[in-house]
Amino acid sequence: MTFEEIKSELKNYTVGIAGAGGLGSNCAVALARTGIGRLIICDFDIVTETNLNRQYYFKNQVGIKKVTALKENIQKINPGTEVIINDIKLNESNLVSIFKNCDVIVEAFDLAEMKKMLIETCIEHMPNKPLVIGSGMAGFGNSNSIKTIKNGNIYICGDEMSEVSEDNPPLAPRVGMVANMQANTVLEILLKHE
Amino acid sequence: MNITLNNRPETFNQAELTINELLKEKNFSFKMLVIKVNGVLVKKDKYDSYIVKDGDDVTVLHLVSGG
Repeated sequence: MTFEEIKSELKNYTVGIAGAGGLGSNCAVALARTGIGRLIICDFDIVTETNLNRQYYFKNQVGIKKVTALKENIQKINPGTEVIINDIKLNESNLVSIFKNCDVIVEAFDLAEMKKMLIETCIEHMPNKPLVIGSGMAGFGNSNSIKTIKNGNIYICGDEMSEVSEDNPPLAPRVGMVANMQANTVLEILLKHE
Repeated sequence: MNITLNNRPETFNQAELTINELLKEKNFSFKMLVIKVNGVLVKKDKYDSYIVKDGDDVTVLHLVSGG
């Protein structure tokens, strides 16, 4: 497919991004650059100084809502992508109505219990919705341990092991790798022709 | 029994196992799990009572923090 063909197809699709941190901000930007039609981005947090080591924000955006800052950044890159933002903490009861019309959902939370909550809610209420999860990306090195595993309509990107801790922080390279792997998986799902 | 575990065929000597017994057999030690049997979610409070039988298709996803 040519890039023109890819863009003309992607403009018909909507991707939900659950979380606008290291995974969500970088994944959303990659999808916007590729020409995705619409992004529905949810996060309740504000940009802080410590986010700048890996998240797609700028120094002058510290203190503003992540969803507002991310929409601004995406519109500067590709105004053709429609960005719908929700300044909200996702939970079992609001998630389905927010994401039900998305073609794919990208899980981009930081906490494992939130990842679990999203997956369980989707299995129960939207069992056929393609779901792209990020799990295992802390630290540096070991690039080749990062992979994508497919289980039905659930895709897991990451090394499935490296948990974030004080001594194993999330850093731009590996978080960016997983975020872009998630974006790449979304393209694979949307552009696959049976 | 023969089951499918995370897309791969697995054989166990036991005729059936609870989810917790299965996790122990496989040495799954991660805390944050999502488990599906034949496409249906099995929640944590059922891990001691839900019985996995011959022919079942079991998915165990484990999640670690970071993002």
